Amino acid sequence: MTKRLLALLSVLVIASMALAACGTPATEAPVATEAPATEAPATEAPAAAYECTDALGCVTIAPDEPVHIAYWGVLSGPDSSLGEDSKRGVEIAIDDKGGKILDHDILLTTEDAGCTPEGGATAATKLATDTSIVGLIGSSCSDETVGGIATLTNAGLTTISPSNTRPVLSDPARGPDYAGYLRTAHSDAFQGKAVAEFAYNVLGARKAATLHDGSSYAQALQQVFADNFIALGGEIVAQEAVAKDATDMKPVLTTIAAAQPEFLYYPVFVAVGGYVTAQVRDVAGLETVALAGSDGIFTADLLKGGGPNTEGMYLSSPDFSAFTGDYAGFIAKHEAKYGGSTLSTFHAHAYDAANILFAALEKVAVVEADGTIYVPRQALRDAIYATKDFQGITGTLSCSPSGDCGAPVIAVYQIVNSDPASWNPADTANPNPKKIYP
Amino acid sequence: MRTSPGERLLDLAVSGVLWGFRILLVAAILIGTIATIRAGKYTSEQWIDFVVFGISQGSIYALIALGYTMVYGILRMINFAHGDIFMTGAFAAYFLATWMNGTGFIDSYPILGLLIPILFAMIVAGGIAMLVERIAYRPLRGAPRLVPLISAIGASFFLEYAFRGFFGPGVYAYPPIKALEGEWDILGIGILKVQVVVAVAAFIMMAILYSIVMFTKVGKAMRAVSESKDTAALMGIDVNRIIVSTFALGAAMAGAAGVLYSLIFRQVGFFMGFTPGIKAFTAAVLGGIGNIPGAMVGGLVLGIFESVGPSLFLEGLGITRPYQLKDAIAYTMLVMILLFRPSGILGERITTKKA
Amino acid sequence: MKKENFLWSAVKTGLIVGVVAIFICFVGMVEVFSKRDVIEKLITLGQFVLLAAMFSAGFIASRHTSSLLEKNKPVSNLVAGLVAGLFTGLVLALLVVVGAEVNLRAVFLNATTTLYDVLTLDKGVGNVWILPLIGAVAGLLGAASLLLPQILRRPITQALVFVIFMAFFSGLFRVVMINQGSDMSKAAKYLFGQTGLTLEGTLIFFLGVIAVSMLWSYKGKDIQAGVTRLPKAGRLSLRVIVYALIAYVALGLPQVSGPFIAQVIVTVALFVLMGLGLNITLGFAGLLDLGFVAFYAIGAYTVGLLTSYGAFGLQHIPFWVAVPIAVLVAMASGAMLGLPVLGIRGDYLAIATLGFGEIVRLLAGSDFLAPFFGGPQGIIGIQKPCLGTLGPFIRVDVPRVCNGLELGKPQDIYYIAVVSAVIIAFVAWRLRESRLGRAWMAIREDEDVAEALGVNLIQTKLLAYMLGAAFAGLGGAIFATLIGSIFATSMQLIVSINVVSLIIVGGMGSIPGVIVGAIALIGLPELLREVSEFRFLLYGATLIIMMLAKPEGLWPSQATRRELHHTEVEAGVKA
Repeated sequence: MTKRLLALLSVLVIASMALAACGTPATEAPVATEAPATEAPATEAPAAAYECTDALGCVTIAPDEPVHIAYWGVLSGPDSSLGEDSKRGVEIAIDDKGGKILDHDILLTTEDAGCTPEGGATAATKLATDTSIVGLIGSSCSDETVGGIATLTNAGLTTISPSNTRPVLSDPARGPDYAGYLRTAHSDAFQGKAVAEFAYNVLGARKAATLHDGSSYAQALQQVFADNFIALGGEIVAQEAVAKDATDMKPVLTTIAAAQPEFLYYPVFVAVGGYVTAQVRDVAGLETVALAGSDGIFTADLLKGGGPNTEGMYLSSPDFSAFTGDYAGFIAKHEAKYGGSTLSTFHAHAYDAANILFAALEKVAVVEADGTIYVPRQALRDAIYATKDFQGITGTLSCSPSGDCGAPVIAVYQIVNSDPASWNPADTANPNPKKIYP
Repeated sequence: MRTSPGERLLDLAVSGVLWGFRILLVAAILIGTIATIRAGKYTSEQWIDFVVFGISQGSIYALIALGYTMVYGILRMINFAHGDIFMTGAFAAYFLATWMNGTGFIDSYPILGLLIPILFAMIVAGGIAMLVERIAYRPLRGAPRLVPLISAIGASFFLEYAFRGFFGPGVYAYPPIKALEGEWDILGIGILKVQVVVAVAAFIMMAILYSIVMFTKVGKAMRAVSESKDTAALMGIDVNRIIVSTFALGAAMAGAAGVLYSLIFRQVGFFMGFTPGIKAFTAAVLGGIGNIPGAMVGGLVLGIFESVGPSLFLEGLGITRPYQLKDAIAYTMLVMILLFRPSGILGERITTKKA
Repeated sequence: MKKENFLWSAVKTGLIVGVVAIFICFVGMVEVFSKRDVIEKLITLGQFVLLAAMFSAGFIASRHTSSLLEKNKPVSNLVAGLVAGLFTGLVLALLVVVGAEVNLRAVFLNATTTLYDVLTLDKGVGNVWILPLIGAVAGLLGAASLLLPQILRRPITQALVFVIFMAFFSGLFRVVMINQGSDMSKAAKYLFGQTGLTLEGTLIFFLGVIAVSMLWSYKGKDIQAGVTRLPKAGRLSLRVIVYALIAYVALGLPQVSGPFIAQVIVTVALFVLMGLGLNITLGFAGLLDLGFVAFYAIGAYTVGLLTSYGAFGLQHIPFWVAVPIAVLVAMASGAMLGLPVLGIRGDYLAIATLGFGEIVRLLAGSDFLAPFFGGPQGIIGIQKPCLGTLGPFIRVDVPRVCNGLELGKPQDIYYIAVVSAVIIAFVAWRLRESRLGRAWMAIREDEDVAEALGVNLIQTKLLAYMLGAAFAGLGGAIFATLIGSIFATSMQLIVSINVVSLIIVGGMGSIPGVIVGAIALIGLPELLREVSEFRFLLYGATLIIMMLAKPEGLWPSQATRRELHHTEVEAGVKA
């Protein structure tokens, strides 16, 4: 007992010394974390330096320090391919800059947010603590943003998400917590509507069924579709759902078959999407039903999981032909750097998001003669919101006041070849999947 | 022993509540079933389909469950990493089968194209399981019961994320065997060839395993060790060797199950073992853990319940999107069976000695 | 029996470690870690990992040699170490040579050219011979480290471990220090580089730890003896000082460390609450519950539904009123679970409770109950705790105004969580010492004997479930207000598994063990978010290693300690 007590005592003495060394912690420290930059330049910059007047403070980067940006998203667990894919987009964007911006190295920190709100909250808190971070790319899943965005916004940070598609995140009434949030991904409000119109007007379907995997993304998107389809005059004959880790889809498909739909929309993630596609033709009554998925399964992995049945399947996705930039070039760099095809849909959006951030950074940063950089945070945020006619891979991007930077051009594609190696939606001569609407 | 009236009242209340639970569950199932059948949404062919889907899924659960149950029978330990052993088998077979597919071997010799990857998966899975046993379990023999469980949980994470590191977070497509596409007409009902083959293969594997355990010397030794390690050792049985071969045998079954699973569901990925592992463990418990025929029965019962349950029980009760609750049905069924038979369908009573 | 040749044994060791090193390469660790420094501009973490492998090959071989040879000759130890390190290097060199010819990447994604560059120190395949060379030197050093006298070896080991630790968490320390103002900021930049330690920092830490350690080994005994010689009153006042210091550090910590550390501590505290709860069900009463997350979920959802100003809020009541209700609801659900499973034993119980946890999660996230629980869209807009009065509820999506102090930041929730954890730990401690606690332990040891001795099984078991659930419910309630939104996807099986693991790793039935376990298994991984790709890999490895090294747990209870010292499990004693 005494031994342990002693050990504890010594630890505590060291800890309290550390506390004492920080001066009067209870009063000073919180100020330091909340508006760090207002005092940082005053204390660190050499005489006659730039004076920060920014409402959110400034980030000071010494001549030998890198420009620190961060990526947060899902990097572990079953959904990690989504986050990994976007992360690669950011890394390629950095490579294209030669790893440097304003003559400083770019340092990229990544934080796992696990596709859950609490993961998002923890990752955001950690990033918000690091006052050297200039701007962020992320998150992957809308849930992560819901959990973490208030923390980031209040810390004066701005994040651009490459893959959040939940409509409310860029709703004009989204509230002040979202001031630091923009996205290059489209809102699902567009996507669900486009698919409904395609199904009703182009395919002439009148009876549709939906299936979701219990994720907030899929559940919301299929509902948008259903609402729009009914508004057009169609009938939703079945709305079913499975668990995210389900594999055997034949029973639920049998239930759907009993309602005799002409069109089946399942805007799910890759695992469930592959299982549904692979099994759907085996179920009596669904041999000829039109199949449609969404951007969540717009990946070669669907062809791997879904097999030959994917041929003829429709997928809604951002319109790659509206991708004005050099997407083929991006894919080539990806192939060289990581080997194999892209993991998910939003790498190009991540690449654009990073470049929007870099462009805004170059616009607002104040560079001293000795190489010291000051980045005013509010000005940076404003500059990102002011992005107009930015030439990205995914199109010509302009950010709206509610944070939508993506070009919401949704197209419906049809898979023409089920061989994963043939996956190349951006190809001009032989695209697979091939754009058929609009 | 004297008991106060209050305590007696509590006992009474508890048994009342217990019977209430039992009656409620059975009633809910009956009402749901009757309502669904009267609604007549499904044809009898569709019902048969439900059952067939359940059998093929269930036979895979059963194959995995064998490993759980054998290890449990010998070591009284939940081998949490077993589901991931299943995953390693699927990966091994994937790489071999893809290569064989590239050379056109699978198309020309479909039977060998099925069997060789299965054999390879069994060997790899068995090898990895032996390694795991050597490193993570053997030093813990004799430690308190939960210590090996935690070590097994660690091994499970380790295997999953090691494979994620090796092969990435994406999925791989198991090459299709063309000869297995389409349906067979069995007694006037069209049944998918893959499903028949998987179920048959699973039953053959189980039969082989069962005869190994029942009729060979090693099997006899296994049974002896599971009765009492000390006595078995006194009889001149090398207990360590028997334990290792139990692990290897169970893992080989899981490896084979991994291939069969990939044949049906086509996707191979690092996380694929988690859910089937839990389900198979449930199946093993359902059948009575430690009991080999119990694992088979448990797997089949679980598979059929999962497949039939949502539409049969829940739809009739007016529950929307019942398939989301498929797993909830499986677990409710489990609790219900345990309520009536606390040690599983075929399990022996363990009220006198602690499990 | 003929003893093995020590050289052959060293070769074997080298080969095995080499295979392990290849594993580390293929998992992708080396490449990713090579982007982080241990010592700035000198050695990357990736290089360090490989060096550590070669070093330990030498160390292991050397130790093995000592056990093989009857007469201890230092030279043979050194030779063994050198050979082992050499062979580890050779295996890695072989990888590079093969990798240059064959496209290993067709199977292993991480067999990239970058990896080969890292392995050959960017010198190309032609210079691959440096790998065995480095290996031999590192192995020699590893062998030599074993020959150091104890008095030197211990401080050096401690200093090395400390330096690695500081390097690994350098980003964290650096940020916290920079936030303290200009002096600390300068110190931080002196000690830490962008991703590792500076050379100066390394030396300071290394020498500092050596100094402290040497001092302790010379003077430690005296101090200890001094304390034991103190009169009773003196020891008491010493204890008071220690507790006062704990309180001081605990109060000041979040203000100094900033929100992230505070949030991590809150997370740890929540798991401590759950751990203390499960410690009653499992640690005291021996009932294995693998669905413990259910009560956490029930506590969180209760608070969410009662306080949310979003679409699913029911009453919009203050947090402080909602928490006791949440605890009561969790307690009731504990009884609900406990009743049907009363007669189920052992691992049957484990799987039945696992099922209960899954059922709760599935129902909460289902479309069927979405009109009540939000389904996949979750419950958002959970009101923050308010010290003072809350303004009126106006309409959905508008938080109620707090007239007073709003406890919104992680640093504020920290106090709620830590105080709750302390209170609950006290309650758990008193419970263990009570009649009820002894009844639980009797059940754990042998249910039938306990019953024969007059323990009312039903009552005692139900109480274990209910109290355990109540603690977890409290944890869930705080979780809801910390995050501000809850989703069923947060309530995965993995949470339950984590809780069971932390209890066992801490030491079953031990209350301080729960805290230590939560810090080790929840706190450290939370801090390691930036190496997220390998977080779970390391977590898994840690679980295995901890169980092998300390099966009785990091801080076992007295009873377990006694038990293990009497049984044949020598692994525990050895450690």
